[in-house]
Amino acid sequence: MTTTPPPPQVVGPAGAGARTGSGDVAATLRATKKRLTSPWATFAAVVLAVLWTIPTFGLLVTSFRPAADINATGWWTVLTSPNFTLENYQTVMAVDSSQSLLPFIINSVVITIPSVVLPIFLATLAAYSFAWMQFRGRDALFVAVFALQVVPIQVTLIPLLSLYADIGVAGTFWAVWISHTMFGLPLAVFLLHNFMREIPGELIEAARVDGAGHVTVFFRLMLPLLKPALAAFGIYQFLWVWNDLLVALTFAGSSNQVAPMTVALFNLTGTRGSQWFLLSAGAFVSIIVPALVFLSLQRYFVRGLLAGSVKG
Amino acid sequence: MRHINRRAGALVAGTVAALALAACSTGEGGTPGGTGTSGGAAGGSVDCADYKQYGDLSGKTITVYAGIVAPEDTPYITSFKPFEECTGAKVDYQADKQFEQQILVRAQAGNTPDIAIVPQPGLLAQLVATGTVVAAPDGVAKNVDEFWDPSWKELGSIDGTFYAAPSGASVKSLVWYSPKQFEDNGYEVPTTLDELKTLTEKIASDGNNKPWCAGIASGEATGWPLTDWMEDFVLRVGGGDVYDQWVKHEIAFNSEVPTEALDMVGEYLKDPANVNGGFGDVSTIATTAFQDGGLPILQNQCSLHRQASFYAANFPEGTNIAEDGDVFAFYLPAKDASTKPVLGAGEFVTAFSDRPEVQALLEFWSTDTWANLKAKASADETNGGWISANKGLDTANLVNPIDKLSAEILLDPASEFRFDGSDQMPAAVGNGAFWREATAWITGQSTTETLDKIEAAWP
Repeated sequence: MTTTPPPPQVVGPAGAGARTGSGDVAATLRATKKRLTSPWATFAAVVLAVLWTIPTFGLLVTSFRPAADINATGWWTVLTSPNFTLENYQTVMAVDSSQSLLPFIINSVVITIPSVVLPIFLATLAAYSFAWMQFRGRDALFVAVFALQVVPIQVTLIPLLSLYADIGVAGTFWAVWISHTMFGLPLAVFLLHNFMREIPGELIEAARVDGAGHVTVFFRLMLPLLKPALAAFGIYQFLWVWNDLLVALTFAGSSNQVAPMTVALFNLTGTRGSQWFLLSAGAFVSIIVPALVFLSLQRYFVRGLLAGSVKG
Repeated sequence: MRHINRRAGALVAGTVAALALAACSTGEGGTPGGTGTSGGAAGGSVDCADYKQYGDLSGKTITVYAGIVAPEDTPYITSFKPFEECTGAKVDYQADKQFEQQILVRAQAGNTPDIAIVPQPGLLAQLVATGTVVAAPDGVAKNVDEFWDPSWKELGSIDGTFYAAPSGASVKSLVWYSPKQFEDNGYEVPTTLDELKTLTEKIASDGNNKPWCAGIASGEATGWPLTDWMEDFVLRVGGGDVYDQWVKHEIAFNSEVPTEALDMVGEYLKDPANVNGGFGDVSTIATTAFQDGGLPILQNQCSLHRQASFYAANFPEGTNIAEDGDVFAFYLPAKDASTKPVLGAGEFVTAFSDRPEVQALLEFWSTDTWANLKAKASADETNGGWISANKGLDTANLVNPIDKLSAEILLDPASEFRFDGSDQMPAAVGNGAFWREATAWITGQSTTETLDKIEAAWP
């Protein structure tokens, strides 16, 4: 199908679709838009969107209602008898409250950043060597790395924890960073490897001819092209780490110095669940950071979803 | 496009930084403040002479792991303050609600805390089986002999070795009611099971509201309030000895007494005339959260709700919980006035280390001094909600009437105390079949079938 090797910008953020002339593109776009825009489809999409948003909206309304109201009636009763308060947010955000989530946000940030950067860093290097370096047993090794994805993390919890306890890092950030890196690596290597394989070999050969070694090729050629894939995996890993309870709770434990926000949120309802009315407010506080990250990077996310998939 | 994107990135970075800063200042500003207030509450008049026996433990840290989280954790932290001040040791209290699973994982992986607060004898047995638990030191055994009923020491012992001293306790044989509603309608607090039955019928026939309300939904533990109901009635129908045999499986789960007991529970909870005040019909019991189960009492939609002393925390802030207030509880009566069986639960403090500072804290924890410090701290910080079966506990330190009532019941020499049976049964029954089948029972399964299935599940 391909007659001419596409120029490198094609894969970059400038956008796909420049393969053919620009006049054709405009025509295709118009045709596609027309085909996709049906009033019924729009209507269905709006209905679905509204249906899907109602529970979140209910949660938002609930988070502003007084505890007694939350316990007694559903959120929709605000339509007839509106009664709002900021008390729930004050409790979960207060500086001196024992139920405050704020001290745990910093823990979450400290956990998340290395847990996202480390696997990306390692996986990019590994993916490059799997994709563009020749060495014995490469394919077998690649299959082995990919196969690790099949191992459920639950079976690794106790052996890993006892390993961490032996080397004395259990209950520290190190244990969480290392675990998230390990659990994230197989998918990251696979995803980035497939993405790198699609970069035309001629490009790398040309660089070689110009005298570039692996290091130059990696930093000057690969990294700029990989941006959407890196961003997509970054968001994916970020959301997973930010929302993770199991790994953090098992390896870091629940001490105030290391526990992330999810542990605090989990404990928010109180020992016997009597404080559950705080949950909705707590949930919205914990949503802020991932929502901001997602919204600002979603452009890459959608594009990166296609990364690694087979393209014609 | 590029430009917008950079701005969005900056926005994220800015927000993260702002949140981080806020969190930082909380951590730094919050801790000293907390120490200050706690010092005032508990440590103001500390006489370190009492703590001489524990020696100088400066620079040592003792980690305590528990399932008791905020806000109920602060009185614990406060209660250790005098010990910390006088010995120089530091107590690092950590808690999360996943404690019951996590402590087993940590014990199996060899990553144990120094001390754990274990809420069930069954879990204690599982922990002892991992080989990581250290037997209680003599000082603790001596304190427990002095301050607790021997049955409590037995609960903290596995195969004859004493591992864990009791700490907090709760009374489960309580029925919540509205004193005002009782007065308005001329109802009397029942003193025998027959009177309770008559009262139920009277309320039902008056027709103002359904007599009972209940809720058993509690996530994966759905059904546990029903196991308490059944245990309370086994205790009343068969007496303490039969109850013990039933818990230890010396008599079958589906034998005569348990069957009669569950049928008696059914007369209250499966009769559409009696339930489910404020919620609907019988089937709503299974779908109502246990936290909400007794709230209709406040709206006069229901009159009676059988639940433990800790249910007090579920009533909205401002509810007057007192004998002449909005809501209160009475002792779930026995067959007649000659016996007083009490179903309860409690926590046990067990150690995974024999370091001197850990043993010292354990010993302090088992004294009457600590029990009173903890009761005072709970009174100051969480409006009570904590009692202990420690005989040295001064009831004057209990502020709220329901704690006073519970402590009275617990420390009454006439009481025949029994620990929550499902907490002592093997996990397959106590944390599994019993909950599951009890839930099936309330939604229509027959008593015989229910008990047969639980019996079959016994390992």
